[in-house]
Formats: sequence, structure tokens, C-alpha cells
Amino acid sequence: MTTDASRGAEAPPELVQLLTPEGERVEHPDYDIDLSPEEVRSLYRDLTLVRRIDLEAVALQRQGELGIWASLLGQEAAQIGSGRALTDSDMAFPTYREHGVAWCRDVDPVKLLGLFRGVNHGGWDPEEHNFHLYTIVIGSQTLHAVGYAMGIQRDDANAATIVYFGDGATSQGDVNESFIWASVFNAPIVFFCQNNQWAISEPLEKQTRIPLYRRASGFGFPGIRVDGNDVFACLAVTRKALEAARTGQGPTLIEAFTYRMGAHTTTDDPTRYRVASELEAWKLKDPIERVKSYLFKNELADQAFFDSVEAEADQLGADLRRRCLAMPDPEPLDIFDHVYREPHSLIDRERAQFAGYLEGFRD
Amino acid sequence: MTILSLSKALNEGMRKAMEDDPKVLIMGEDVGKLGGVFRVTDGLQKDFGEDRVIDTPLAESGIIGTAIGLALRGYRPVCEIQFDGFVFPAADQIITQLAKMPMRSLGAIKLPVVVRIPCGGGIGAVEHHSESPEAYFTHTAGLRVVSCSNPADAYTMIQQAIRSDDPVVFFEPKRRYWEKADIDTAATDWWTPLHAAKVVRPGADVTLLAYGPMVKTCLEAATAAEDDGRSLEVVDLRSLNPLDEPLIMESVRRTGRVVVVHEAPVNSGLGAELAARITEECFYHLESPVLRVGGFSTPYPPSKLEEHYLPDLDRVLDAVDRVFGY
Repeated sequence: MTTDASRGAEAPPELVQLLTPEGERVEHPDYDIDLSPEEVRSLYRDLTLVRRIDLEAVALQRQGELGIWASLLGQEAAQIGSGRALTDSDMAFPTYREHGVAWCRDVDPVKLLGLFRGVNHGGWDPEEHNFHLYTIVIGSQTLHAVGYAMGIQRDDANAATIVYFGDGATSQGDVNESFIWASVFNAPIVFFCQNNQWAISEPLEKQTRIPLYRRASGFGFPGIRVDGNDVFACLAVTRKALEAARTGQGPTLIEAFTYRMGAHTTTDDPTRYRVASELEAWKLKDPIERVKSYLFKNELADQAFFDSVEAEADQLGADLRRRCLAMPDPEPLDIFDHVYREPHSLIDRERAQFAGYLEGFRD
Repeated sequence: MTILSLSKALNEGMRKAMEDDPKVLIMGEDVGKLGGVFRVTDGLQKDFGEDRVIDTPLAESGIIGTAIGLALRGYRPVCEIQFDGFVFPAADQIITQLAKMPMRSLGAIKLPVVVRIPCGGGIGAVEHHSESPEAYFTHTAGLRVVSCSNPADAYTMIQQAIRSDDPVVFFEPKRRYWEKADIDTAATDWWTPLHAAKVVRPGADVTLLAYGPMVKTCLEAATAAEDDGRSLEVVDLRSLNPLDEPLIMESVRRTGRVVVVHEAPVNSGLGAELAARITEECFYHLESPVLRVGGFSTPYPPSKLEEHYLPDLDRVLDAVDRVFGY
């Protein structure tokens, strides 16, 4: 079967970029951002620390301390840029890879490890951080986010919702339904798609024939592609989209064009499906290096600053490791906790029976 | 006292819940202006507005998924799935998210969402409009599953379900929507707890366990059996998860014979669970095996055949004969 490649073809995609891979600031007519040196240094610190958290988690998995880990390597700018665009009253709905956004929402990194270590399915209070639990089934959270945004509308609150998902998720029915709902109800939501080019082994071509951000126009709201490795651009674009949502202008789809530099998860082997040169090409667009270059070139930070961030990262990693190992295993009877909020006769009886059974093994 | 049909009783129950709690919302396909294809939500949008009675796009997963989001924001959505056979596009959101998210959050999250599903056959409908999918949901931990059989229970149970902090799947026997009863809507002292079963006809010889549309069928069977000198006790389970085991077992210990009746296929149906539990709890009281009457292990047939598929008075009595044959 042959397909006519020109069918459905349009102008080449545009990309919002404010900081080049070489660390040069560029202007964009619609998206500009005025960051103080202190703010840029702070973003650099965020990027570096979440990369370290991620690296430490990968190591913990390799040593058998985590069952699995989904690395964010390469996606730091997309997550920190969008995460730092949120206000306290905004609500974020993550996938299972949003460790950088969790960092921006002040979730203690050790709490992210619980589900990967197998001690719980999600260890933080979403309301405390306005950061929902990780969602593993692909795309389900987009509907939760839209429903939450509809609640914001009904509360007449000055807030917006952001929902994270990947390029693979755009094929899910739930994601498409969430686009329809958001559009029809003009919900205050930002759809933040991190297009990291790969859904485990499936390249983007298996999900779409058009640039993902252009999907939005069919649903009736704006879509925009941003350099997902450019933390300035991600911050500027997300900030504007959130403000539009808060002021009644409805949803926006942001496609953060980035790259999953690591494996899908620690169980994956990308050498089976992608060539090494692709990774090498993306390494040149590293999200952290370009901020470092920018800081250096413009003399906004000295070596002492970079050393201090490095030292902080070392300490964070060591601390995370120590606290991961100290995480208590759950008790057998915890199985029955929180299944229901109100008393449930079957659960209560099974708990009592199992407690009696366990009692039988005691000396 | 007010005479209400089962559908109107649900309507009045939801109206009461909406008056009592501004966080209660109604969501679904055609629930607003039309008042639902069975008119169960008739007039609610007119009185409570489009923000509280929401005509949704036609996507069931979207209904449940956004209801979860609204619940996370503090609302209490009551979702209508238009017909039993249309719940499956929403099954992922119900089973994977609605049922499990509270536990996932270690109790931080509550999801007080009601999923109303008109269920069962007997109305001459086309495919997907006559099914009884309750066992899929009773099998799912984290959900409460109930089914009303009469207008009074419809009126009270829908209010109790809405008030529950756990998700509730609420099955409505669609062919009984037009049954009427006199209901005391002013008092609440006559209400039965949501998860309690009820002996709706006392008897001595056989316990018939039924719920939803089959309760009426069993009551008719009990009346007919009287002529044969057999005293049948009819228990309306009302709650399918959890089961009111104390009441069920008490009845079985008295009668020693049990027939479970439901429209859903017998194979792996709720009757199998009941039979197993009764055998465990009441083995020495049983005079015969627990028998089950239900749909065949086939897809629901075309409507010209549904009278053969659905358990009726004669099939119930046939099973009653058989429990006396041991």
C-alpha cells in the first residue's frame, strides 16, 4: 500500500523558542519573558536538582531498591518551565513521569518513590500540593482534569488546571473526549503534551500524521508547539495559556517538543528500536546545558554558583537514597485500608479473618 | 403521602438531594431539557440550571471521567448512563479510576459519585438496551452496588447513594419505572439503610433471593405457590455489594431451601457468589443445593425472544419444584 505523503500536508510546524541550544536569547513576537538573573539561576537549580533526583532513582532501581522507575531525563525544561508557570491555586494532573512538576509543587521527592518501590500506589495528598496522584493508565487523567476545571468554573475561582500527557496518549479516546469536553464547556484548562517522540517503542508516526498541536484546531481551541527543551519558552507559553484559562478564554493545547533521552522505564531497552545517533543529536539540545551557557555567557553566575548547585544536588541525592532505604514496608493488614471510606461489611470481615489467620503463625 | 412512579420517585429523591446540598450535580446524555430518555431527571434542569444539570457530549467515559474531576473539586455528581449496554465505554473510568483512586490516595481522596444505570429487559428494545451488567461491578473492589425494586426504595436509596462518600453504582429496573406506590416523602423514620436487605414477603419453605426487576416476579411466584401450599419467602437484596449476609443467612437457616433469581446470565453471576456464601455459612441447614434462575449463557436475544430468556413466574416455580426434589 502506498500513501500520498502530500495528503493532509500543511505548512511546516512553527516552534516557540526563546533560548537556543547554544544559550542565545531569541525574541518571539507573542511570547516574551522578562526573567531576573536570580530567576534564571533558580530555574537552573530546579533543572539540575530534578535531573539528580531522577538519576538517583534510576540507580536505586538498578540496585533493586525500586521495582521500576520512569525517567524524565531530557524532559526537565518542559516540566520545570510549565510547573513554575503555575500559581498555588492552579491544579496539576500528572502522568507517572512528572517528577519535575512534582518538585515545583513541593512534593517531597521521597514520596514519589513509594509507588515505584511498591509500598503504596501514591503517597501524597493531592489537595495539599494541588498536584494530583500519578496516573498510570494512559490519558485517563485528562478527563479528571477537565472535570476539575469545570468545578473551578462553578466555584467562580481564579484558578486553572493543567494536565500532562505524552504523544502516545493523544491516540487515547479519553484524551480526545477531554478535548471535546474542555472545548464545549470552555473549561479553564491547559493541555500540556510532552511529545518526547517515543511511546515506549512506537515513534510519533504511529500516533499521528499531523503535528500534534494542530489537533487543537479541530476541537476549537488554540494549539501551540514550544521547544520543550527550552525552559524559558515553556514557562512563557504555559504562563500565557494558564492566564487565558483563568480569564475565561478556555483551553489551550501546548505541545512541548522534546525527547526522552532515557528508556521508557528501567525495564525498557531502547537499543532495540532506535538508533544511537538520534540520542546524540538531541544531546546537543540538552535543556540544562543551554541555561548554563546562557548564565555563563551573560556573566549571570560564577563557578561558585554552579559548584553550590552541584553540591546541593549531591546532598539531595544522598538524602533521597537514605530515606528511600528507610521507607517502612506496609503491614499486611494495610491491604484493607482505604478501599472504602464508610464501613463495608465484606472488607471488615475479610480483614478480621486475615488477621486471625496471621495470628496463627505467631509463636 | 404521595403516589409516585418509580421514575418519579427517583426524580423526587434527586430533587431533594439537590435542594439539601448545592454540590450535588446531575450529568448525562439528554438529562437536561429532555429530562432523560426515561424522564427520570425531568424538570431538574429547569429548576436548578444548566450548571447543575449538565447535558454532556455523547461519550460515557467522558461522563465518568469528568465526574471524577468534579468530585475531586468537592462536587457530588450523579451520572446517568443512558442504557445498561452503554456503560462499557465508561468501564475503564469506573473500574480503574473511580473504584481505585480513593485507595490510591491512602484515603486522602473521596469520590462521592453515583452512576445510575437503567438495567434489565422486558421492554422490547433493540440490542444493548436490556442488559444486566451488575456482576462486572460487584466484582470490582471500591464500588458499592445497589439496585432498587420499587418506588419507595427508589426514593430513599437514591438519596442515600448520593450522600455516600464512596462511589455507588445504582441499578434501576427500567421495566418497573412505571410501577406506582404511595410514599411518605415527609418522614424519614421508615427508611431502610442503603446496604440492608429486606424480607418483602415472609415465608417458611423456600427463600427466594432477588433484586431489581426480579423482586416483583418473585412476589408473583410466591402468591402463585401459595395455591400449592408452599410458603415462599422473598428477600429483596437491595444491596449487591456489600451483601446483607446476616439477613440472608437468617432467612436461609429458617427455610433450608434457596432459589436465587436474576436477569443476568447465571454463569459467573451474582447468584454464584450467593450460592457459595450460603453453602459456607449454612451448609448444615440446607435441605437442597442452592438453585439459580437467570439468563442463559448467551448474549441478550432479540426482543421477540426475550420472554424466553428472562426468568418469569413459571421458571421461578420450576426451580422451587426442583429444590423440593432433593
